[in-house]
Amino acid sequence: MKKKELRIICPNGHLGFSPTKEDSFWIGAETKPDYYCSDSGSDDIGPGPLGDDKSTSLYVWQKHDLEMMLLASREQGVPMIIGSAGDTGTNSRVDMYIQIIKDLAKEHKITKFKLAYFYSEVDKEYLRNKMNNGVEIEGLDSRTNLTMEELDGTERIVAVAGVHPYIKALDMGADVIIGGRSSDIAIFAAPAIREGFPEDLSYYLGKVLECASFCAEPYGAKESVIGTITQDDVKVTAMAPWQRCTVASVAGHAMYERSNPYYEYFAGGLIDMSDCVYEQYDEKTARITNMKYVPIEGKVKVKLEGSTKIGEMYIGIAGIRDPYTIKHIEKVIEMAREQVKQRFGENGYELHYRIYGKNGVMGDLEPIKEIKSHELCIIIEGIAPTKEMAEEVAMTGTRQIFYARLPEVKGTAGTAAFVVDEVLPATPAYIWSMNHTVEVDDPLELFDVKLIEIGE
Amino acid sequence: MNTVKLIELAKTIRSKNAGTDRITFDIIFRGKENYDLVKNSKVITKESMAKLYQIDEDRISDFVEFDPAFAIKFTIKRLLPSGSPGEGDVFGCQQYPPLLDIDIPLN
Repeated sequence: MKKKELRIICPNGHLGFSPTKEDSFWIGAETKPDYYCSDSGSDDIGPGPLGDDKSTSLYVWQKHDLEMMLLASREQGVPMIIGSAGDTGTNSRVDMYIQIIKDLAKEHKITKFKLAYFYSEVDKEYLRNKMNNGVEIEGLDSRTNLTMEELDGTERIVAVAGVHPYIKALDMGADVIIGGRSSDIAIFAAPAIREGFPEDLSYYLGKVLECASFCAEPYGAKESVIGTITQDDVKVTAMAPWQRCTVASVAGHAMYERSNPYYEYFAGGLIDMSDCVYEQYDEKTARITNMKYVPIEGKVKVKLEGSTKIGEMYIGIAGIRDPYTIKHIEKVIEMAREQVKQRFGENGYELHYRIYGKNGVMGDLEPIKEIKSHELCIIIEGIAPTKEMAEEVAMTGTRQIFYARLPEVKGTAGTAAFVVDEVLPATPAYIWSMNHTVEVDDPLELFDVKLIEIGE
Repeated sequence: MNTVKLIELAKTIRSKNAGTDRITFDIIFRGKENYDLVKNSKVITKESMAKLYQIDEDRISDFVEFDPAFAIKFTIKRLLPSGSPGEGDVFGCQQYPPLLDIDIPLN
């Protein structure tokens, strides 16, 4: 017999990125949801963490959030699902999350349970073989198809899983799932689909839950929400006493982070939200119906994310207060660039200036052209093949602002204020080199699900 | 002609990454009245947004008036992917402020 309803709690739209708010989580946990699900990654954080294979979230926050979910779900004997482990979903991040779960199980003397996991990293050779056999690695969002040169240059690649490895993990009897890089919505859609709920409702459930309280109002992140799926509808309820899921907040969220409000794509198809009907179900709950799942025709396409290293990076910071210097800031920067050029030539490094107080935030998109600020902050990025060179590029580019030889400047003791008289080492500079898809014969071919036992 | 700023009419005005290569803008109204006022004014169009951000129209990949959410949504292609060297808004979340002061005529 088909289940009547299934309830999933989502405590955090990006687990570990900023700590989950505890009050609304425990309010939600008390209602005994059927699953505890959260995604823990995003491509929002830029290409650095993937390229450098590290988290951008703090370990203590990741552990904090995992601890809450593990304790609640193990006590209630229901599954817990985490996708895109450790921000990037790389293999090392999956391993780290498994270790955190093991540590927590030991600390809290949790009785035996099964943990399933899968990796998402893609071997370059796998793609090279595909390409050599004539398979196009198709570009998304106006990108051209992947070239062999782009593949060669890429430091690390992850594939974005759909529901398939999660359903497999649940079939294997997993109590806890730690997934590599995944489509956010798959983490929530998988248990619903597996328990016999319609795919259109299940995928929508994932869409509405994946950012936790971002679908509620008033605005406030990191609060828990619970999604309820039946055979006929999806309902979403805010758990924080001061938040509500309204028609406006849920409809507004449905178009969040996507180019187009109607479609959400994932491995296996898309959901069409063009004709969604939103209703206020009760004070804190919105009800959504009439979404459509459109399965892909032909083979499943899996999204790939890849990051390529540009070079080592140092960052300089310079403050400017002198009005004459502010007026001639472009000239000052041109002179500083010239000094770097004299030392290193035209090529083989990158030197970037962002002028806060002018157009530091928006760059060329800034409509306001005239500087109205009485002070400016300039951020200097020096990028080069070696750390030594990157430091010198950044240092020259920064200190030459201090020594700017403007003809009529009054302050001849230095034309920039420094918070620190040094340039700061940064994570190397990377660029998103892959935002593509690859066709697969089997949706699981990139995601090998394994099961281990944890606990006493 | 009497006008009112968009900030006075909209509930939410935001920008955010839509993947690594695009930034999407959402202007969301609490109800149909304000939404229709802005929509019917034809002040916010693909053309006017390209002009405001001083970009070619073909850099706007999508422009949608989304009735179910009382929202106007458009998407700009980034020149470089988010987080590239020299790029200043990894999340794309601070590109909306020029929208706040758009004057909408009152009938």
